[in-house]
Amino acid sequence: MAQACAVGLRDISIAFPGASRAASPFVAVQGVNLEVADGEFVAIVGPTGCGKSTLLNATAGLLKPASGTVTIHGTPLSGLNRAAGYLFQAEALFPWKTALDNVAIGLEVAGTDTDEARARARKWLARVGLAAFADRYPHQLSGGQRKRVGLAQVLIRDPKILLMDEPFGPLDAQTRQIMGNLLLDLWSQDRKAVMFVTHDLEEAISLADRVVIMGAGPASRIIGQWRVPIPRPRDIDVRLEPAFHHLHREIWAALKDEVVKGYRQSEVAS
Amino acid sequence: MRNRFTLFTLQVLVAVVLIAIWHFGSTVKVSIPALSPKPFYPLDPFFFSTPLAVFERTFKDFYTGVIWYHLGITLLETMLAFAIGAFGGVLVGFWFARKAVIAAVFDPYVKMANALPRVVLAPIFALWLGLGIWSKVALGVTLVFFIVFFNVYQGVKEVSPTLLANARMLGMSERQLMRNVFWPSALTWMFSSLHTAVGFALVGAVVGEYLGSAAGLGYRIHQAEGVFDVTGVFSGMLVLSIFVIIIDTVVSAIENRLLVWRPAPATQA
Repeated sequence: MAQACAVGLRDISIAFPGASRAASPFVAVQGVNLEVADGEFVAIVGPTGCGKSTLLNATAGLLKPASGTVTIHGTPLSGLNRAAGYLFQAEALFPWKTALDNVAIGLEVAGTDTDEARARARKWLARVGLAAFADRYPHQLSGGQRKRVGLAQVLIRDPKILLMDEPFGPLDAQTRQIMGNLLLDLWSQDRKAVMFVTHDLEEAISLADRVVIMGAGPASRIIGQWRVPIPRPRDIDVRLEPAFHHLHREIWAALKDEVVKGYRQSEVAS
Repeated sequence: MRNRFTLFTLQVLVAVVLIAIWHFGSTVKVSIPALSPKPFYPLDPFFFSTPLAVFERTFKDFYTGVIWYHLGITLLETMLAFAIGAFGGVLVGFWFARKAVIAAVFDPYVKMANALPRVVLAPIFALWLGLGIWSKVALGVTLVFFIVFFNVYQGVKEVSPTLLANARMLGMSERQLMRNVFWPSALTWMFSSLHTAVGFALVGAVVGEYLGSAAGLGYRIHQAEGVFDVTGVFSGMLVLSIFVIIIDTVVSAIENRLLVWRPAPATQA
């Protein structure tokens, strides 16, 4: 198991320097162990400020953990995680590139010639339903369309691991569900290992194979894991199934206390 | 369309009213016994000239061709000052933004140099570079450089961390980051200051000419002032204003072409 894992996090702790020299460092996550198998969709849920994104950044290699090891397909990670694609929560498209060029850039920097990169980018734009918007600049697209471009931008490079940090967070509820469906659709055609961070438990259950719950920060850790027994393919209607409700109730019972704790922490901090 | 037409009409109206006031003030005598026993011009033509005389002089200058030479000199100085200043500003801006230590070391000196009123440098440049175009170009460069420098520095520094992280995750090398992230970002900031920078290049050129030269619009104005030729001064200013408007239009056209990806017109002064 350990060898075959796409992502292996062992005893990960991540700390940030304190506000002043005298202040002790802020420990975001502590002692996290998590394994994500090839082709597995794992959702990480937790209250605000629990270090979910931090954990994702460590997996991406954007952040070096204070202790513990990150292994990617059995190899310890040093530097950036080249096997991973990362879909960010905030706007991350290049505002000065058209949708097409935004998608093609990942191939171009890897040395694919421009014509071929563009041809493939066109195909990807079509797959995310934006064939007609290739020449638009990001500011001419809606929030949902921008996320689609972002998804194509990441997936065109065919990463073995997909890291997603509340990617649909800023979207409205309907668009989120549509994006969720699109993601599942693309993922079912080519199953990558996915780490999907969200604060929305419903979204997590409806998308993932496994839901990981993190406790309130600071020094948060994983407080529980649930397999999602709902068969695939799934779509929006999954939220109406009894199995969904059952699981939701069970996980929410565990999460509720942590959410309350999380709010209390942030009130003390502010 | 109609809106635009209305706007244009109003803009023209402002000019018409101002010129009318000037015209009648300088050609029609009024008599106000409380102010003066004799009838007088509200705008004495000796001090204010008259619009007709100014237009006539301007037209004659263009017609006989004397002004073209001076315009050409000023344009050349402006373009050289802008090109050299912008190039230096981009180069140093990039360098400082990517090397925090260097920026920190030079910070007080940059501030000092920028705070210096450039007019005091004009005689020094004239001394060093002579009375030809290069002393004027140098003056313009000192103005343009800092505007472009600060903007590029800002532009490179303020690249969104998420965008940068995304570019890294997409596999960009340091050089590709330069080309695809830092450069376009710096360019945006530079263009937002383009109008100001070009304007300053022109100011540098004209002020330099004014303070000592043998050609250019600033020289023409200075010559006219020397002999109390108010018509000549106003005519020089008129040519200068037309010149500025043309340059500004060209800059706007370039800007619109290069920054098509930008949201609304977010132009700042």
